[in-house]
Amino acid sequence: MSEQKKTFVVTRFDPDKDQAPRQQTYEVPVQPDWKVLDALNYIKDEIDGSLSHRWSCRMAVCGSCGMMVDGKPSLTCKDALSDYGDKVEIAPLANFPIVRDLVVELEGFLEKLKSVKPYILRAKERALEEGTHRQSPEQLEEFKQFSYCINCMLCYSACPVVANEPEFIGPAAIALGHRYNMDSRDEGQHERNEIFRGEGTVFSCSYANECSEVCPKHVDPAAAVNQAKFNAVIDWLTGFVTTRGGK
Amino acid sequence: MDTTRHDLVIVGGGAAGLRAAIAAAVQDPQASIALVSKVYPMRSHTVSAEGGAAAVARADDNLEMHAFDTVKGSDFLGDQDVIQYFVAEAPKELTLLEHWGCPWSRNDDGTVATRAFGGMSTKRTWYAADKVGFHMLHSLFQQSLRYPNIVRYDEQFVTKLIVDGGAVHGVASLDIREGAVRLILGRAVLLACGGGGKIFPFTTNGNIKTADGMALAYREGVALKDMEFVQYHPTGLPGTGILITEAARGEGGHLKNSEGERFLTTRDYGVGTKAELGPRDMISRAIIQEIEAGRGIKGPYGEYVNLDLTHLGGDVIMKRLPMVRELSMLYGGADPITQPIPVRPVVHYMMGGVDVDIDGASALPGLYAAGEVACVSLNGANRLGSNSLTECLVFGARSGLAALRFAKGTSAANEAACARQAEEESARVAALRGKRGGERMAQLRRELGVTMEEGCGVYREQASMEATVHATAALRGRYDDLGLQDKSTVFNTELVAALELGNMIHVAETIAVSAAHRNESRGAHARRDTKKRDDQNFLYHTLAFAGYSGPRLAKKPVTLGIWEPEERKY
Repeated sequence: MSEQKKTFVVTRFDPDKDQAPRQQTYEVPVQPDWKVLDALNYIKDEIDGSLSHRWSCRMAVCGSCGMMVDGKPSLTCKDALSDYGDKVEIAPLANFPIVRDLVVELEGFLEKLKSVKPYILRAKERALEEGTHRQSPEQLEEFKQFSYCINCMLCYSACPVVANEPEFIGPAAIALGHRYNMDSRDEGQHERNEIFRGEGTVFSCSYANECSEVCPKHVDPAAAVNQAKFNAVIDWLTGFVTTRGGK
Repeated sequence: MDTTRHDLVIVGGGAAGLRAAIAAAVQDPQASIALVSKVYPMRSHTVSAEGGAAAVARADDNLEMHAFDTVKGSDFLGDQDVIQYFVAEAPKELTLLEHWGCPWSRNDDGTVATRAFGGMSTKRTWYAADKVGFHMLHSLFQQSLRYPNIVRYDEQFVTKLIVDGGAVHGVASLDIREGAVRLILGRAVLLACGGGGKIFPFTTNGNIKTADGMALAYREGVALKDMEFVQYHPTGLPGTGILITEAARGEGGHLKNSEGERFLTTRDYGVGTKAELGPRDMISRAIIQEIEAGRGIKGPYGEYVNLDLTHLGGDVIMKRLPMVRELSMLYGGADPITQPIPVRPVVHYMMGGVDVDIDGASALPGLYAAGEVACVSLNGANRLGSNSLTECLVFGARSGLAALRFAKGTSAANEAACARQAEEESARVAALRGKRGGERMAQLRRELGVTMEEGCGVYREQASMEATVHATAALRGRYDDLGLQDKSTVFNTELVAALELGNMIHVAETIAVSAAHRNESRGAHARRDTKKRDDQNFLYHTLAFAGYSGPRLAKKPVTLGIWEPEERKY
């Protein structure tokens, strides 16, 4: 296969010795069918073993390898190098603290994820002997798309609200909470809607829609946030006129 | 030494580890359960499983049929007591996952849908489109967040089991983020950290699958069982090795050679009328034979055959196989709605692993294992597709509970002795960081891959297996002269990769030595020089123990039951 050279300008930061992030340039012979990640792995294996980046599945499902490529959030095992020019800039995901080189801090996100109670809540847990729930294909369709999130963090990196308000629980966590709210097996809507009415959640969203544009799995978190806002308000209004029960 | 104390330490946060953690956390809300993973749990390789999880669900199916399919698939090397238990628990475990929110695909009446899979005699594979591992992993991870007694250690790489007084008492673990080795004490340790496909150059496995758990146990004198049985999945994308699920054939896809011929129906490859739904070992061999007969299709990454789904229509592909389409388009350059997908056999799964009993207990008191890292002898010489996700649940749960019982019945560790071991381990890891030496890591990894593919591929013979035995032993020696560049203590992935390479070399040796010893063809171990199965001399499990100059082998009997070995023909 024909070989072409590209220049990669990669953000480096080692807290053991660097005061601030710096940039390092690498020349890489690239193959026409390479993804962005292939170039990083080439650098790591053949040029500079000290470059740190996360990756694993290289098939766009484990969510490890999100980075900024030419200033835009990218799942680097998914995006083809041929879509970029001769010089490619690679930086850690925006809106996250840098741990090292292209590795960012995710602890905050995991707390946000947990805060939306991302599991089936029921007044009374279904017994094993009762077998599976009946759920029609149409009921599955109600939430299926919102269950595709791979936690790659691209949406947080693109979100202008996260940039200004780091406490905002963000698109992926809201989409996941909404996914459970829309699941016919779940009875936790009221609990989650109360969370969604709290500070730094759905009503912090400014409708920028950037999250849905960068989502590599077409989860459409912006749609989830909008639906969640509506449901949280309806839930609050109906709270005045009716006693809550499971659906 | 930073020291923490728990009742149970689970190493690995994939399906088996999470299931074990939840089982133990529910059983005893007072028990402290550590879940240690070198990645965040949702990155675990379970995420890449696609096609489904097997459990009897339909009226035309029964447990005996599932058991017999599994026994036959294993080429009679599976332990029948384990298999009987597995098939009985399987429907309960998949139902539990349903209660926990797993978005299983549905029939029109709202019941869970099932699909056909290789070697299964009826439709018993539960699925969530073709993203089953992803959905199972995320459902389990999210469910685990409910339990405050599950204490996660994310991005912490276990490098040594702490063994004192003849029992395991915890692990030494490198905090990847901080660079320090810490001591995580536990009254029992459960390994649930998966297989080691990355030992081979062409694999469906993600970068993290480096046989770590097998190496940890092996180095403490625990046997690795049936390591010669390495599963080649018939359909990986050339070049990358990315998996195209068996569900593509389960939904009706055809394999075709360069002449457009459905060779599994026109030639005798032993799969009979099952055709594309034969077991993986046989279909992989059929593809290699087609290529060797000159009926492969030439491509930039070697010869391949075509997986043709075009006759299924866009609707079926979009609805049931959306990920196959996405992967084919992104990484295979083909839209399966209109074009065949190029595929070739690819290393996918290890039937072998840490030798454990039906409780997941190893011979080392306090050490348990479940999932791909373990060999509980469910899969024998060849695993049936969609049995392994269910295996993670069934034996994850059982082993988690058994390990918890052990933990509660054992005395506390001698902490000073454990800390000394952890200090020594810390020194070993520190010495490896940025170590000066003459050998390059990428080069050793490449050579390991080449020799494993040559000696332990789909087809094997004595001379090449022995060459691989020598080559892997030589790599073990050269590893000591490894040269590294990264001296940083923070997120040093080169150091992690070096530790992983050490693990892979150890486990590769057990594969090669076990393979060279088994002078018969059974399941995934197919020899060109001894083509027949030999129950007279080889109906036993191979045990590989760490010896001074490499693995030494022993035998363990197979547990038969209702079914006596017979010729395996479909």
